[in-house]
Amino acid sequence: MINLIWMGMILVGFCFAAFNGNIDSVTKAAFDGAQTGVTVSFGLISILVFWLGMMRLAEDAGLLAKVAKLLGPVVRFLFPDVPKNHPAMGYILSNMSANLFGLGNAATPMGIKAMQELQKLNPDKHTASPAMCTLLALNTASITIIPTTLIAIRLNYESANPSEIVGTTLLATAIATAAAIIADRWYRKQTIRRQIRSDIRTDLNPDVKG
Amino acid sequence: MLSWINLVSAWSIPIIIAFIPLYAYTRKVPVYESFVDGAKDGFSTAIGIIPHLVGMMVAISVFRSSGALEFFVGWTGSFLQTLGVPSEILPLGILRPLTGTGSLAYTTELIRAYGPDSMIGRMASTIQGSTDTTLYVLTVYFGAVGIRNGRYALKVGLFSDLVGFIAAIAVCLLVFG
Repeated sequence: MINLIWMGMILVGFCFAAFNGNIDSVTKAAFDGAQTGVTVSFGLISILVFWLGMMRLAEDAGLLAKVAKLLGPVVRFLFPDVPKNHPAMGYILSNMSANLFGLGNAATPMGIKAMQELQKLNPDKHTASPAMCTLLALNTASITIIPTTLIAIRLNYESANPSEIVGTTLLATAIATAAAIIADRWYRKQTIRRQIRSDIRTDLNPDVKG
Repeated sequence: MLSWINLVSAWSIPIIIAFIPLYAYTRKVPVYESFVDGAKDGFSTAIGIIPHLVGMMVAISVFRSSGALEFFVGWTGSFLQTLGVPSEILPLGILRPLTGTGSLAYTTELIRAYGPDSMIGRMASTIQGSTDTTLYVLTVYFGAVGIRNGRYALKVGLFSDLVGFIAAIAVCLLVFG
């Protein structure tokens, strides 16, 4: 799906530019986009270096394990195939709590660290494991208690009650997160079922394996 | 309420930054050495994301500057108007999962034009705040560990964006309507 969306955006963009007679915008846009990609990645360097250092400190001090133990049942329900005392659990939890409190630039490094830990458990290094998909689902839905950026913008435009959207945002984000978890579960089960079916098939016809 | 929220957001990061080293020190962790050791990985991780992010940004940038994004945004605007939803809100549903800066700019523009306390302003704030930029999160998180095949992750992300978008509109209509 990502292949189709990626190619689709480029091809549709190409057709629109050709049709509107501004084909040279494609060249400029492509190189501007490439530059943005590099700029954003470079912007991530300082945040990643700082937070990964902090998180190592928390890990060495046993703080992550403690947090993981405290909220273990929730994470074990969401990530049934991650071993109980694996360091990934602590990072997943830090990522989730950073998201909850709207600490966006702390959430990303912790999520990446959690991904790296999950990658160690992943048998196929180029294909996402079910646990990785769940972590991603949680982060795209990104449950937030305090949408700080928006409160600031509303304050800026002289809202009578800038924080009145906290409740509506919380409810909407909770519904979106629930939808993400349910959809993730459904796809995960389908993948497992498909795998079992293909295993049975290869068991019945041993020559398929070659 | 607002002063309480401001207080929390101003204090949370400083407290974390002070608490972690202090706690580690009492556990006899060599704090500085341990920090530097962990921080080392940050650079290579960020560099590893570059190819993924460049690829995605090029596609979005071409799509956006060719006028294609604008066309689809305008098209959705006139689409679901009959349901009592302001047509200005609907483009946000397309923008939100694709570009974080783009949708934030559009939200800010709606708040500026219609006022933060209008129905449009409240809906836009709720939609913008309730979800993250799916394509960006997918690119950065999978890019950092070299995952190329994300399986069903994108479908799940886009599905939850759609549910969140509808939920945000419905909740605002119920609460402020």
